[in-house]
Amino acid sequence: MKIETGRRAFVDHPLVQLTLVRFREFRREPEAVFWVFIFPILLAAGLGIAFRNRPAEVVRVGAESAQLASALRMEKTLAPEVVSREAGERGLRTGRIVLLALAGPQGGVVYRYDDTNPDGRAARLLAERAILRAAGVHDPAPESDSLVREPGSRYIDFLIPGLVGMNLMGSGMWGMGFTIVDARRRNLLKRLVATPMSRAQYLLSFLLSRLTLLFVEVAVLVGFGVAVFGTPLRGSLWELAALCVLSAFCFSALGLLTASRVRTIEAASGLMNAVMLPMWIASGVFFSAERFPAVVQPFIQALPLTAVANVLRANMIEGAGLAQVRGEVAIITAWLVVCFFVALRLFRWR
Amino acid sequence: MANGKVALRLRGLRKAYGDVVAVDGVDLDASAGECFALLGPNGAGKTTTIEICEGLLAADAGTVEVLGLTWETDARRLRQRLGVQLQETQLADKLTVEETLRLFRSFYERGPAVADVVAMVQLEEKTGAQVRHLSGGQKQRLAIACALVGDPDLLFLDEPTTGLDPQARRQMWELIEQFKRDGRTIILTTHYMDEAERLSDHVAIMDHGKVISLGTPRELIASIGADHVVEFATGGAALDVTVFEALKGVRRARADTGGFQLQVTELHLAVPALLDELDGRGIELTELRTHSATLEDVFVTLTGRHLRED
Repeated sequence: MKIETGRRAFVDHPLVQLTLVRFREFRREPEAVFWVFIFPILLAAGLGIAFRNRPAEVVRVGAESAQLASALRMEKTLAPEVVSREAGERGLRTGRIVLLALAGPQGGVVYRYDDTNPDGRAARLLAERAILRAAGVHDPAPESDSLVREPGSRYIDFLIPGLVGMNLMGSGMWGMGFTIVDARRRNLLKRLVATPMSRAQYLLSFLLSRLTLLFVEVAVLVGFGVAVFGTPLRGSLWELAALCVLSAFCFSALGLLTASRVRTIEAASGLMNAVMLPMWIASGVFFSAERFPAVVQPFIQALPLTAVANVLRANMIEGAGLAQVRGEVAIITAWLVVCFFVALRLFRWR
Repeated sequence: MANGKVALRLRGLRKAYGDVVAVDGVDLDASAGECFALLGPNGAGKTTTIEICEGLLAADAGTVEVLGLTWETDARRLRQRLGVQLQETQLADKLTVEETLRLFRSFYERGPAVADVVAMVQLEEKTGAQVRHLSGGQKQRLAIACALVGDPDLLFLDEPTTGLDPQARRQMWELIEQFKRDGRTIILTTHYMDEAERLSDHVAIMDHGKVISLGTPRELIASIGADHVVEFATGGAALDVTVFEALKGVRRARADTGGFQLQVTELHLAVPALLDELDGRGIELTELRTHSATLEDVFVTLTGRHLRED
């Protein structure tokens, strides 16, 4: 048998081989591909559609006479129809119309509507303005509308950076935690440390594979937001990339810490979810973290996902530079450093 | 490597887990080029001993010298020269045979080409197959292949055939015999006496963390002073074993589950004497077997128990 010695191809360097293994295992795990790439897009698409900004709808109202109807037509957002009193009452009950205008005594108008229904109240104000305008009364002061519908201030714009942060957390923690716990459970970690493998290179291979996958997963989600919803990218893309790398490493360190001693997948799943759940709820991915009471704000602001969601929003939506988010960057870096070193102290190779 | 050189030397090895003493003062010497077996039942301390030798566990007391080096001072060099197969390691399911071996090969400075190792363990047809699609025997051969990629001077095999079917076991034995012919030093643990008897040059029988007997398989078997074993069963009649010890050609007798076991020096005298004795007492014989004495009988003689209680 021929024994090979000396230099070998780059691809046979242990770090390269370890990193290739990470990719292969990821690629051959269909569930992992789904959760990392497909799920965030489905979530963004679903929430984007549910909370999309609809064009202002016309309000359907009823009028007892053709004269009243034409007066109401002075207001563009009202859609009046001429109905009998009985048909109008029925329309009100079924919600087909929200307001019924009746001829009142002395040429006046009586509005029938439900004042607990916001649409009814809106229709009442619109109808009054239309009738006044028809009667020749003009607005005492010139008015004009400026609509808030531009990219950057919609719900989907709030959501996309939050989802990017949540995805970085999920894939960082699962990618690190699941693989390590599985290898420990299989005695594979112990088998690997029985070889001359460098333990540092083993851990480094996770970061290298995260670094590559991270760009794909962020690009897919942000690309989807830009292409479908016109999500703005106002900050520097280089800084956005740097923030994503920092965030991904922070969550990888948190995953490493979570997985540092656990021996079973079940225990790991429980622990991972226990770590991530508070952040899913409190860190402002789906709604602003500021809705929580002031007492808990210091804790919420110190969570890594809160900081990550905030820096990503600041970069993408507000176009903020790194200097403006240095507080959050410091929080993320602190989590990264502390988790990494504690994890190394606790880590069990067998 | 020249024979006669010491490949592994253990002195006063001790390891306890809490109150449980797993290894209790073990001394061993294995020479280069030999196959050395640790034989004993589950829980005898074999795996703990071998994992201390592999540098995976630290001993509480005692010294370990592997290839003339120690773990305290030469861990990096030692790892390059050892091949290890652990009990119950499951390699990554989603990697192929070739990818797995290439990964392990990358950790070693020198060693055979991956294709050569694949050929050595006869997995050529499975090179591109993922580990999860291999049979138990194939997985175990891959585990052995992972131990060979660094062209080790010393090979540790921890229960290499446990859980394999008879055919896969025989294949594994042939493989290990090939390694012996190649002049590799092998340290093997097993609870199969036939495995130790067939493969090893020296056997250390372990029980409760101690080496209770040490020698070549032939020496150990000779130590019980009886070449044959007669096992028989009667229809449940209560009998005193001392009756049989008095028979001609019988050295030792003991009651065994469901019958009796006699260690016999002269089979041709003992069997007729036994039949006469039973006949004289009007006892019906329901089973009668004889076999040449094995390491199992050595263990039974030393401990009163079987290697495998099943």
